[in-house]
Amino acid sequence: MAVTEQQRRAYVASQAAEARVNVELQTEDMTLNIGPQHPATHGTLRVVASLDGEQVVWADVVCGYMHRGYEKLTEVRTYPQVTTLVNRIDWLSSFANEVPFILAAEKLMEVEAPPRAQYIRTILFELARIANITLFIGTMGADLGAITPVFYAFRDRERVLNQIEAVTGGRFHPNFDRIGGLKDDLPRGWIDETRAVMNRVREFCDELEELLMGNEIFQARTRGIGVIPAEVGLSYGLSGANIRASGLDWDLRRDQDLPLAWKDLDWKVWTHPDGDSFARFWVRLQETREASKMVDQMLDGLPAGPIQAKVPRIIKVPAGEAWVHTENPLGEMGYYIVSQGGLGPFRCKIRSASFNNVSVLPWVLRGTYVPDIITILASLYFILGDIDR
Amino acid sequence: MLAISLPYWAETTIKTVIVLAVIPASALTLGYVFLMKTMAHMQSRMGPMEPGGFHGWYQLIGDGVKFIQKEDIIPDQADRAIFALAPTVVLISTFLLFVVIPAGPRLVVENLDTGVFFALAVSSLSVIGVLMAGWSSANKYSLLGGLRAAGQLIAYELPLVLAVVGVVMQAGTMSLQGIVKFQQNGEIFGFGGIGLPLVLTQFVGFVLFIAASQAELTQAPFDMPLAESELVAGYTTEYTGFRFLFFYMAETATAFALAAIAATLFLGGWAVPWVHGTAADILGPFILGAKVMLVAFLIYWIRFTYPRFREDQLQSFAWKYLIPISLANILITAIFKVAF
Amino acid sequence: MPDIPGKGLVKGLGVTLRTMLQPAVTTQYPKEKETPTVRARGVIALKEENCTVCMLCARSCPDWCIYIEGHKEKAPPRRAGGRPRQVNALDRFDIDYALCMYCGICVDVCPFDALFWSPEYEYSEWKIADLLHDKDKLGEWMDTVPEAPPLEVGAQAQKK
Repeated sequence: MAVTEQQRRAYVASQAAEARVNVELQTEDMTLNIGPQHPATHGTLRVVASLDGEQVVWADVVCGYMHRGYEKLTEVRTYPQVTTLVNRIDWLSSFANEVPFILAAEKLMEVEAPPRAQYIRTILFELARIANITLFIGTMGADLGAITPVFYAFRDRERVLNQIEAVTGGRFHPNFDRIGGLKDDLPRGWIDETRAVMNRVREFCDELEELLMGNEIFQARTRGIGVIPAEVGLSYGLSGANIRASGLDWDLRRDQDLPLAWKDLDWKVWTHPDGDSFARFWVRLQETREASKMVDQMLDGLPAGPIQAKVPRIIKVPAGEAWVHTENPLGEMGYYIVSQGGLGPFRCKIRSASFNNVSVLPWVLRGTYVPDIITILASLYFILGDIDR
Repeated sequence: MLAISLPYWAETTIKTVIVLAVIPASALTLGYVFLMKTMAHMQSRMGPMEPGGFHGWYQLIGDGVKFIQKEDIIPDQADRAIFALAPTVVLISTFLLFVVIPAGPRLVVENLDTGVFFALAVSSLSVIGVLMAGWSSANKYSLLGGLRAAGQLIAYELPLVLAVVGVVMQAGTMSLQGIVKFQQNGEIFGFGGIGLPLVLTQFVGFVLFIAASQAELTQAPFDMPLAESELVAGYTTEYTGFRFLFFYMAETATAFALAAIAATLFLGGWAVPWVHGTAADILGPFILGAKVMLVAFLIYWIRFTYPRFREDQLQSFAWKYLIPISLANILITAIFKVAF
Repeated sequence: MPDIPGKGLVKGLGVTLRTMLQPAVTTQYPKEKETPTVRARGVIALKEENCTVCMLCARSCPDWCIYIEGHKEKAPPRRAGGRPRQVNALDRFDIDYALCMYCGICVDVCPFDALFWSPEYEYSEWKIADLLHDKDKLGEWMDTVPEAPPLEVGAQAQKK
């Protein structure tokens, strides 16, 4: 079997370093192995790049270092257990992972959660979005060398996590969604506290605009770097803020009719025509602000009522197949559940956003400089658990 | 230097010991106050609080002790002699910088007539140390980091020097004591209350000097050679323990020295106009210390706030912006000097 | 928008200066501690008298970290003149906190309200084996279980 040049280089690169950044001097190009342990890749992602001086000639992404076998696990777990596990796919916005799964199961059972539960689900979803994206904003600054925004991000994210903990009992892994509604209702005083926290989130966005976005050095590092045209992004399956930053007006919250509260709200989808790293950062910052405004609207219009529909104690979802996808903080996340009437799904296919977001890297990294690799990785924003499941 | 005259060798020994003591002391003070405490408060946190009880003042001393007792590892294929010598070269450049900084009318190790020239010349010795470190480490990343650092340091030498030319022209002397005396005795439109701190007339020069000294110290926004979130630790990758401590101490002490030079050239150094004679000898170091803290605060403030430049942006910033601005500054100073 | 080049740089400096002048947000643990919220999932407490060894919790745990052993015994009849009735007696009820995912499924499914959440979190041990809490230790955690917080306006009270 003939060995292609790409395979040969991949072999050399894999031999060069398994666990540390290393450089192997070849005849004309230099193979650089970024990861799997590297401060800039946000986890165990490996990017093998072939360099000509400081310019990347060829790059490839090697993922799978964190594969935990989710889809196999869901075959042997019941629905409440799968809800627990699924929290941990995209661990920064964990509530957002539960929602499409529960919605798919509800679709098969033909139950709909009561309006109050729908609103609180959406509130928690948007809180998860805020928690996720504030961390992104901080770490993008850190990858570019600005060490202070990370701390501001964590400081203000802490309050959002405290609010999530007050309702669900868990900061990072709420495990709060149930088929038919939610586990419990809001504790007293939560609405006013959350309004204060949303004010703080908006102040944080303003602060970050002054500190990082308006900074000329930051703009020089991110404008024009890693431009992804909308057609290329679509062909690679980019979703979420990445594709909106390339100018495509596409948001699953608005474009489909799910039993959640978005259709009752007055909000805006943010796009940016440039498609470079700065655009991705800008879109996400605006989305955070928009999310905080949406939470305020939902808190104002929270309907009264029960928190859970009538479902049997032991849940057996009738046989069938259902596909539900939602606009998660990282992009489009969807679950395709195949049920055969048992206590747990027969097969569950998880479509996670970061896997497709990362697949564009070989295309976008061609011709960039080595420091720009880091900028592009940071701006595409992936979570390893989401890539590898 | 003192009221009693000592033989030459005794005086030199005392001066050497004092400078050798000042280097780690200055590095410790600056490191603790700025790198730990100020950085922490700018990031909404507290910094070290436990070691030593009172706000963790002992933290850096403990760090120093920790570094000293570590194993000394030299890579197998490294050039041993040059590897061992590189941190010393950088430290020597720092030592020589402290030689000309005056802390009082008589408190200077050697009052050279070409003080400014000497200081700037000697501060560029560290480039050799950096190159030695990068080359002898037998590591491609150290080499890359070392070459990047050398290119950056050489590029930013020019704005550093040219920024000072305006000061020298205005003061009429290159000796640092002379410049301090000029600022002490100067007047602003006839008002002699605060002397004439040259930062007022040479503001552009001051900004240029601060920017160029940030680059000389390879600090953010010019810290691409040590880009921690990228390719390990640049030219200091293979250094451990005591030698790494040398590099770090040299960097912080050079920050102190450059801040002291900036304070001397632009803010008036050890002098305030109404203090003369022996009082100045006693108060001088403290006044200089306060001004150094001010300048260092500026330097570190910029470091904590900005992201870093990319290497080519860094170079173009120096060659296309800083150097033309500094040349324009010299031209304008010369015109003003001749006209008034 | 950028009228003066460098305006963004200066504004950024302002942000850090402002933050420096405000008090730090750090909580000096262990000298100062933040109280977790009432519903925080810290540790699981067992109310032994309610447990009927139905094994629902052990079966529904995703990690299988609950170990239960019981035996049947004859309890005295409720009324005089009746037959002795068969009850389950609890021998062993261990939760292995080295495995526990803190998901709360066991607390949810228990039909007899024998398990409760408590916000206690300071139970780290030097040896992993000590993280296996047995029946008595789980019973001790019952003292730390708070009352359920009152619900927000508009909520319907849950039927138990």
